Amino acid sequence: MPVQDFEKIFQEKIDNEVKIEPKDWMPDAYRKTNLRQISQHAHSEIVGMLPEGNWIGRAPSLKRKAILLAKVQDEAGHGLYLYSAAETLGMSREEMINDLHSGKAKYSSIFNYPTLTWADIGAIGWLVDGAAIMNQVMLTRTSYGPYARAMVRICKEESFHQRQGFESLLVLSRGTKEQKEMCQDAINRWWWPALMMFGPKDAESTNSDQSMKWKIKRKTNDELRQNFVDMIAEQIKTLGMKLPDDKLKWNEERRHYDFGEINWNEFWQVVKGNGPCNKQRLDARRKAWENGEWVREAAAAHARKRAERQKDKAA
Amino acid sequence: MNFIRKFYYGDIPEDKTGGNIVSKDTKTDWPLWEVFIRSKQGLDHKHAGSLHAADAQMAIENARDVYTRRMEGVSIWVVESKYITASNPEEAGELYEPAVDKIYRHPTFYQLPDEVNHM
Repeated sequence: MPVQDFEKIFQEKIDNEVKIEPKDWMPDAYRKTNLRQISQHAHSEIVGMLPEGNWIGRAPSLKRKAILLAKVQDEAGHGLYLYSAAETLGMSREEMINDLHSGKAKYSSIFNYPTLTWADIGAIGWLVDGAAIMNQVMLTRTSYGPYARAMVRICKEESFHQRQGFESLLVLSRGTKEQKEMCQDAINRWWWPALMMFGPKDAESTNSDQSMKWKIKRKTNDELRQNFVDMIAEQIKTLGMKLPDDKLKWNEERRHYDFGEINWNEFWQVVKGNGPCNKQRLDARRKAWENGEWVREAAAAHARKRAERQKDKAA
Repeated sequence: MNFIRKFYYGDIPEDKTGGNIVSKDTKTDWPLWEVFIRSKQGLDHKHAGSLHAADAQMAIENARDVYTRRMEGVSIWVVESKYITASNPEEAGELYEPAVDKIYRHPTFYQLPDEVNHM
């Protein structure tokens, strides 16, 4: 069968909402796009542990510490689900990790911002995880089976992340003057980077059209961003705080909130590696990998010994 | 790009399933395991996902951390991915189509009078 026929059958499956599974024929570009997106997503979960990990030892109470630990452990789990999904496309775990460490692979730019106060942990849960969830809920219906299944599992767990973040900010918003200021300050610093998480505007997004046709994504960057703004603009009323945007205003005609222009220069600078923490994050990942070398070696040696002992017993 | 390979066992490329990843230091590569979880007594073990581990014991321990953080399971099976043989999607026609025209294998094929139709 000529390749065009394979492509036609493939597109028909997608159009009929039939999931693509690892052993099915798929265009190389579909494989590469998924591989890039899933591995990038996995890296984001793993690097995402760093800004939050910064506060585990300094959480204000044992309760908050236990919650934060559970959340960070979830992020590690999400990274593992996604690495496994990416491996089904034909790239080894080690190659993916090498690409992260060499800087060849990207991860979400949001994690290149620092966590300066405890309120940042609440703001990350509410805004950063909230933005991620908009994207992830859409991805539970993505066309590649293993990716969709990983996202279903992740979404079930992610809801706890967003709720604990909001609740943590709610406590601060009802606290002392200093606590209220801390809460507002964290929102001020995380709002715009959270909006940037949805990526470039549709008009400038290079992969968007094809990804929509292949149903890798089902909503555009701008649609998701608008949904997020509409949701947060309402939720913030409960906190009695303000979003740092003078242009934010309900538009009765559009039935959506209007909002100001993102600083795209900052967006591209952070993507290119010039954000506040890009170097620090990658250094931390490389160091963790290098320091874990002896553990990996020891576990492999232990497994070999155990296997040999079993062989001796059998003989 | 040569890092993309397309020959599969189960869901994982063949050369990736036995801990023989192309690497400068092969002594630290852990093989891939498939994880099956029984969510409660009385139910089947169901495929949950996969993970890397040095041996079976470690695979169970990792599976417990990765797949049962919220009481999702009461029992875990792990099997090294390379031992799974999967059917080929290209043979789907021969394998499954013969069942399509045998509708008499389903109870709904048989029209019965109302008074016994609960059968």
